[in-house]
Amino acid sequence: MNARIPNRFAALGAAVLLVVLAACGGQDNSSSGGGDSVSGEVVVDGSSTVGPLTSAAGELFGEEQSGVKVSVGTSGTGGGFEKFCVGETDVSDASRPIEDEEIAACKKGGVEYVELQVATDALTVVVSSDNDFIECLTTDELKTLWEPGAEGTITKWSQVNPDFPDETIELFGPGTDSGTFDYFTDVINGEEGASRSDYNASEDDNVLVQGVEGSANALGYFGYTYFEENSDALKAVQIDSGKGCVEPSPETAADGTYTPLSRPLFIYVSKKSYADKPQVAAFVDYYVEQDQNIAEVAKFIALNDEQRSALEGATAELK
Amino acid sequence: MASLGSLATVPLKAKREGDKNAKSIVFVGLLWFAVLFAVLCLAVLLIDTFLDGRTRLDGNLFTRYTSEVIPETAGARAAILGSALVIVLTAAMAIPLGVAAGIYLEEFADSRRWYNRIIEVNLTNLAAVPAIVYGMLTAGVALSIGLPRRIVLCGAIALALLILPVIILTTREAIRAVPQEIRQGSLALGATPLQTVWRQTLPSAVPGIATGSILALSRALGEAAPLLLLGGLVFVNYDPNGLFSGYTVLPIQIFNWAQQSQLAFQQVASAAIMLMLVLLLIMNTLAIIIRNRYQKRW
Repeated sequence: MNARIPNRFAALGAAVLLVVLAACGGQDNSSSGGGDSVSGEVVVDGSSTVGPLTSAAGELFGEEQSGVKVSVGTSGTGGGFEKFCVGETDVSDASRPIEDEEIAACKKGGVEYVELQVATDALTVVVSSDNDFIECLTTDELKTLWEPGAEGTITKWSQVNPDFPDETIELFGPGTDSGTFDYFTDVINGEEGASRSDYNASEDDNVLVQGVEGSANALGYFGYTYFEENSDALKAVQIDSGKGCVEPSPETAADGTYTPLSRPLFIYVSKKSYADKPQVAAFVDYYVEQDQNIAEVAKFIALNDEQRSALEGATAELK
Repeated sequence: MASLGSLATVPLKAKREGDKNAKSIVFVGLLWFAVLFAVLCLAVLLIDTFLDGRTRLDGNLFTRYTSEVIPETAGARAAILGSALVIVLTAAMAIPLGVAAGIYLEEFADSRRWYNRIIEVNLTNLAAVPAIVYGMLTAGVALSIGLPRRIVLCGAIALALLILPVIILTTREAIRAVPQEIRQGSLALGATPLQTVWRQTLPSAVPGIATGSILALSRALGEAAPLLLLGGLVFVNYDPNGLFSGYTVLPIQIFNWAQQSQLAFQQVASAAIMLMLVLLLIMNTLAIIIRNRYQKRW
């Protein structure tokens, strides 16, 4: 009796293993099919804002070079640099320029790099489409609304602008780990990370979208793509930084009139990876060459002519 | 079927005992409400997820890689294969080690020794440590020996560490349930302690060990936090094919899709959630079947 039981289990285990092995074995023929000139791995990690753009680049590149394995992680800009500077990744996505501490870490790790701006993002301040009193906000009004000193004191819209109704303000924004938060607080409040903290924070932008949609007195900010996808229920606020109200759009972000909330998005490429790994060189060359197309496909704001020539100039440093 | 009945708890039969006062009726009503509430929440969640994802529960989900370019046909192929590979490797590491440790602690260790007692106390504590801690531990070790953190091997090590305490504890429970007479009989017939464990105690304990291991593995299958900490990838355009390959798993893929702005990604996330629920349900059903069919009562 006892001897039979383990046998049954062995059979069961073997069956499970067989199924799994068959599943794993079946895949190999499909992926190693192409007879391409380059092969190998390209490892990218970094900002979750830039991630979709690099993923799109990897996907389009993979259609041409099926022998190259591209993988993209989204550990965040800081988390990406941490891996980049010890040589674990070939390319790092970043939604802000590299910081001094990270430069030191890269130097220590012996990683030399080139910074390439690959797209532009327009941080978008949004209100619900039910909101009928906000069309445009000045940067000073935004600061009044979001600065650390506003915590607990600025609670009615009439305190921001006497023309606004005497309604309670509901604020939505990204959490403190986000590059978007860093950038917004830097350009609006004058210090990176300085913000009132009595607002509804979420790292998931879809949560912010839902929050703002739900109330005529709500306001929030996040990346342009999330506004674009939900433009039927949300209204983008025009921003006045002293030269009149400007609406966020691919055009105003690219031509530089949407200030200060348009921001550059970067990839950092390791010089060593570029020189030693032909697949990394091929991927980065493709990324730069097809940048316009990739940005369009992934619904990012493409570079303007000036930024494009800067990108091509910077790429020359890699060679 | 008889064995099934004996496993179930005997109901309190409040009515027959004549317990019909208002208090007890209210109490039973509250209990019913609690049950209904829990089941209802689950049902709403499941139905909502199913409705969101039903259009995407098709072949693409299994055969295609994730896609930024055409999110409408994005699939979870890399994540499904990644999950399978990581779980098999996790099982290969955690089960032999966990079972061996359980056997040692239950059959051979002298529990009067201070070091064995320390191990026991720590095991119980380890079973309750948050999953992310195992991710941090693995990340630290990988970094110090120069192993890239994003590879299958590191992910499987983190998950194996996570479920190891659970497997050890369930192995010990299962072995403890084997009656002492079986061991004594074996020893009396001249078998060595090792032969007794190998040929009598362990085979009798296999159903319990298998049940515990499958439940532990299904927990590992649903885990994202430790793997995210190890730099879990969200875009992989190839099949993972070895210990040192990059990979992604279903929970990470779902997490990433759910955060994207396009509706198509949220739909495919729902479809992948349904897929994962089905996988977990299959594993848990297997565990229950094994328990009911093979578990012996002495």
